[in-house]
Order: sequence, then structure tokens, then C-alpha cells
Amino acid sequence: MIELVSESRCIKCNICVNICPTNVFDRVADAPPTIARQSDCQTCYMCELYCPVDALYVAPESDVTASVNEAELVEVGLLGSYRENIGWGHKRTSTAKADQTFQILKQMK
Amino acid sequence: MLKTLTTDFELDLEADVLVIGGGPAGTWAAWSAASSGARVVLVDKGYCGTTGCAAASGNGVWYVPPDPEARETAKASRESLGGFLSDRSWMDRVLDQTYANVNQLAEWGYPFPTDDEGKPYRRSLQGPEYMRLMRRQIQRAGVKILDNSPALELLVDNDGAVAGATGVNRQTGEKWIVRSQSTIIATGGCAFLSKALGCNVLTGDGYLMAAEAGAEMSGMEFSNAYGISPAFSSVTKTLFYNWATFTYEDGTVIPGASSHRRSIIAETLLQQPVYAIIDKAAESMRPSMRLAQPNFFLPFDRAGIDPFTQRFPVTLRLEGTVRGTGGIRIVDESCASSVRGLYAAGDAATRELICGGFTGGGSHNAAWAISSGYWSGKSAAEYSRSLGEYKTQRLVLGVGEVGLQSGSDRSQPLATDEVIQAVQAEVFPYEKNYFRTEQGLTESLGKLNHLWQELRSSQVTSDKELIRAREAAAMVATARWMYSSAIERKETRGMHKHQDYPELDANQQHHLISGGLDQVWVKSQPLSIEKPLSKIGAAV
Ligand SMILES: Cc1cc2nc3c(=O)[nH]c(=O)nc-3n(C[C@H](O)[C@H](O)[C@H](O)COP(=O)(O)OP(=O)(O)OC[C@H]3O[C@@H](n4cnc5c(N)ncnc54)[C@H](O)[C@@H]3O)c2cc1C
Ligand code: SF4
Ligand code: SF4
Repeated sequence: MIELVSESRCIKCNICVNICPTNVFDRVADAPPTIARQSDCQTCYMCELYCPVDALYVAPESDVTASVNEAELVEVGLLGSYRENIGWGHKRTSTAKADQTFQILKQMK
Repeated sequence: MLKTLTTDFELDLEADVLVIGGGPAGTWAAWSAASSGARVVLVDKGYCGTTGCAAASGNGVWYVPPDPEARETAKASRESLGGFLSDRSWMDRVLDQTYANVNQLAEWGYPFPTDDEGKPYRRSLQGPEYMRLMRRQIQRAGVKILDNSPALELLVDNDGAVAGATGVNRQTGEKWIVRSQSTIIATGGCAFLSKALGCNVLTGDGYLMAAEAGAEMSGMEFSNAYGISPAFSSVTKTLFYNWATFTYEDGTVIPGASSHRRSIIAETLLQQPVYAIIDKAAESMRPSMRLAQPNFFLPFDRAGIDPFTQRFPVTLRLEGTVRGTGGIRIVDESCASSVRGLYAAGDAATRELICGGFTGGGSHNAAWAISSGYWSGKSAAEYSRSLGEYKTQRLVLGVGEVGLQSGSDRSQPLATDEVIQAVQAEVFPYEKNYFRTEQGLTESLGKLNHLWQELRSSQVTSDKELIRAREAAAMVATARWMYSSAIERKETRGMHKHQDYPELDANQQHHLISGGLDQVWVKSQPLSIEKPLSKIGAAV
């Protein structure tokens, strides 16, 4: 579930509020959005992809909450890791081009 | 409630074609309707581009070049799995249309990879990329998109033809109405809020709305798809479990368990935890796997598990009709439902036509969403044109009831969360839904019918609750069609596993049509569907 909106990184663009499929966030005037309905989070990671500044972190646990520490996440490279993996973001190229499904399916026979 | 407020819509729009749902099926529908000159409005519960299961998960696609041999293999491959309920002429159409439309995606700039021989490889779509592109394309085509705007009920005219829908913006609370000549339901399947990847927006709303307007369902007994995921996680991506070893807690291998034989995993899970390790994937394959499905690895990387070398607990999450095959009955090649003015596409429509009683893992589903979306858009636009200016004169009425209207003055406030938990308690457990028995189904139906009555006689006390109340009603309705159909199919076919009738029965090689709200009914229908009205949409 979504666990972190980084106060220091968030630029208050409210993109996450707009794009979350299950309407988890609430916008707040002059402040980062709040996680208003955490239990509705479906752990789809889409908000992370659309946040332009890697201010969000979705923990992998989908049914229980987890506690996270922003500094540690940064240190182990997990903040923004999904965007990086699929090549989303400024000056990155989509890794869709490097999709290796054909290699995998060859091994399926 | 809404019904009495028909003058009270903050947003009042007119359209030739209204598309409800903005996943692959809805966006293809909107694009093809707009490309044939229709004024199109698309509404989505979430944000078109990120919501629905394709955006979050990604799809392998049934993309087969028009080579007779390859096509023959493709058609033959699933026929027995699907219990011989599919139709080869529909498979041909879907293969043709999918091929054309996926090539169209390449023209639009989807970054397809190239294979070893340097040829473009077009059988796999990464979800976020695909759906971001689809949003851009429909905007270019002039489609008006209302995000965060779930539809709550359909509008119907005096003759019973569908004429649009009403709903609400879940962030502003503003109510909207779209009066349209024709309407396409592309709201996806129903996974009962199981948290399977990207599926919590999929609560069967479209089935309920369609049924209220008089539409029928087909194949609802094929609705018990379960996806494998790490026990702690939402990621029900199953391809890589082909290379998994499944074990008990002590590390001994579970005999016979594999991603293709999930029933053994389910049986074991009833008694004890099940573990998996992706240890059959050769070292050399592993980097390719990461590049093919980055999101498969997300939960592992974040939980500090190396799935190739460390065992992890797994579970089976219900994906219901998302990877099942039942849905709104399609009456002809235009993807029309049995109600005038109403079309269905993608997971919201029955997929038996190409998959019979089994889809499970990939490719047919994405192909069906693309092609049925494309056809429904074209035909809805054509139908709208045939109505001319008729729409502006007609009187329309909302036909939603349960979860929308207050009962009597004495009705109780609706305990929505409890209703949702109660329906989940009937559809999640493997012993009820995966391994079905006459007795179990009957007991569950009794409870589900009771829940329906409860919904019927309760009152929704605030507008905020409307959306959840309608989702709850849709899930209860879906579960009742599922289990009523499952009771009628006294055999084991496709994904429907009936413990009391473990064999396939040649006399039951038919579809089961279902419908009804207060009174649910089921009847059988022979395989061949009505002949085409017109030849629509040969290629893009
Ligand atoms: C984890 C996972 C992996 C999959 N992998 C594959 C694969 O490899 N190959 C394959 O072929 N298939 C796969 N599938 C299935 C495939 O993703 C679906 O069949 C396909 O996305 C269906 O498209 P759709 O447009 O019908 O539905 P969806 O993509 O689910 O979209 C439905 C849309 O309707 C909206 N909606 C719902 N209710 C309302 C309402 N009341 N008002 C307005 N809007 C509403 C939702 O927000 C959503 O945007 C997978 C599914 C899952 C869950
Ligand atoms: S998308 Fe990121 S930057 Fe924008 S409001 Fe949300 S958290 Fe802040
Ligand atoms: S993970 Fe998905 S559901 Fe959860 S907050 Fe992010 S976008 Fe919303």
C-alpha cells in the first residue's frame, strides 16, 4: 500500500490525486496531498510512475500497512525505482523497447 | 435518489456515443467511434490511462500474422481447454482485427522491441506505456474524457432503448448526465475487490447497469479465475511461475503443483501455506525476465527477496471474470447486447466466443478487448447515425434501483462494508468457488439472495456512499449470476470445476444465458449465435 508522500520532494502538482485509480489521495491547498483512504489502495504502483519527482513510495504489502523511512529508501535506491526500471521520467527512454518477452516464450515449449 | 434529481446535474452533455470505461476496450471503442465521425464522451471511474487491469499489469497479446498455419495452431490451441464452446469464425475475426490494430499501435509510436532476427516483436504490451498512448490517441481523435467519474445508472427511453447514463465525479461530488444515441459498456470484469493487480476498480458495475436495462449475461459460470501472487503482494502475474517449484513449508515439493495445475495449489492452501521459488529459470534467462515484466519483480525487490534463489509464500487471488470469460451476452458481430442502443466490449462482454470456458493466462483477453472495443465503437457510431435527430426529442429515465433509491421510510441505512465482506466470504474461498459443489453453491446462493434483499430494502444516506453502494450491489448481482449458472452446469468444463460432476458431459455443450435482478434466471442456448447484421470493421 501507499506509505509515503515525501514532504521535501513533493512539488504539489496533484498529479497523483488525479491519476490514482482508486482515489486514495486528497488534495490540500498549498501542501502535499494526503493519503486519505489508504485502505482503498490497490498496490498498483501507478502513482509512483506518474509522480514527476519520485516523492511517493508504495510498499509491496497489499493487505497490511508497513512503516517506511524515507532516508533508508533513498539509500537503498527504492524511491523511484519502478520509474527507473521502466524508463519513465525526464531524459529516460521507455524500456518497452527492450521488452524480452520473445526470449522468454522461446523457452516455454 | 439520483432519479428524483434529474434536473440537478452540474454537467449535462450530449453525445452520439457514450463509452463507459477507459481501459483497452473502452479506448479502442472511443477511438473507432470518433474516427467514424461520432461525437464521443468517455467516462471512467478512475483516470483513463492508469486505471483498469491492463494499465497496471501489461498484456501478452494474441497477435498472430495472417499465415494459415500459424492461425490454425492459434485457433486449435485453446479449444479443448475452453471446453469446445468457442467459435472459429469469431476467432478469425478477432485474429484479423487484433493484427491490424496492434500494427496501428506501432504506427502511433508504441515502442515495440525487435527480436533476435531484428524483426518487430508485437506480442507484448507494457501496461502503463500502452494505456498512456491510448489516452493520447483518443484525445487526438476528439473524444471528451471525464476522469474520476463513475457511471451509476443507464438512461432508457420510452421504447426501452438505452440513451446514455448518469454518474458522479468522485472528487468534486458533481453529478453528470450524458444523453447519447448509443452506449458502450467497457467497464471490465469483476474481481470483487480482491486487490489483484489493478483490479479494484472492477466491481461488475457494467453488468449491473446493463442488466437493469434488460441485458443478458452469458457464461457467468466461467468466472472463477485465480491468479498466483506472493502471499503479501497484489502482483498476480503468472507467466514466470512456469519456471517455479512449489513446496510445503518444510521445502518438500508439492506433487503435481504447477502454474497450470493451480487446483493442487488451491487444495494445499486450504490446509497449509504454499511456497514458490522461480528456480527453473536458467541464470541466462533472468535478465530477460526482468526486462519483460519489470513489475513482476517490484514486490520482491522491495521485500528484499530474490525469487530465483529464495522461497516465498504464495497465494491465489480471485480475478473473477477479469480472467474468467463470462459477461454481457453479445448477440451479433456488431458487439450489440440484447438491448437496443447498448453495446459491450472487453471483459464486460462474454469472451466465450473466442475462449469458450477458459482463459486464465494471457493474450486472448487483450485481443478481445482490442477487437470487441473496435467493433462496438464502429457499430455504435453507425447505429447513432441511423437514429438521426431522434435523440433530442426523447424522454429518458434512469433505470438503476438497488443502492441508488431509498426503500421505504422505514428502511435501514445500508451497511455497505458489511455487504462487501459478506459477498467476498462467498466468492473468495477456494472450497466454494474453485471447487464447486451443489450443496456449497446452494448455500452461497441463499446468502447472496438474502444480501440482495438487504440491499433492496436499505437506504443510502449520503451521496458519498453512492459509489460504494452501487459497487456492492454490482458484486452481489454478479455473484448471483455466477452461482446460479454454476448450479445449472452439472458437469466440469473449462474453468468450472464441479466436484459432484467431475466429467465433461457432451450433452451440455451449450452456453448458459442468465439475467434478472430480484429473480435471477438461467437458460441454455445452443452454440451458434445469430448471423451478422452487416459486415463491420474488416480492418483498420
Ligand atoms: C495481473 C493481470 C495480468 C494480465 N495479463 C494479461 C495478459 O498477459 N494477456 C491478456 O490477454 N490479458 C491479460 N490480463 C487481462 C487483460 O488485462 C484484460 O482482459 C483487459 O485489460 C480487459 O480490458 P477492458 O478494457 O475490458 O477492462 P479494464 O482494462 O479492466 O478497464 C475497465 C475500465 O472500466 C472502468 N470502470 C469500471 N467501472 C466503471 C464505472 N462504473 N464507470 C466508469 N468506469 C468504470 C475502470 O476504471 C477501467 O478503466 C491480465 C489481467 C490481470 C489482472
Ligand atoms: S505527484 Fe508527486 S509531486 Fe505531484 S503532488 Fe503527488 S506526490 Fe507531490
Ligand atoms: S498504488 Fe495505485 S491505488 Fe495505491 S495510491 Fe498509488 S495509484 Fe493509488
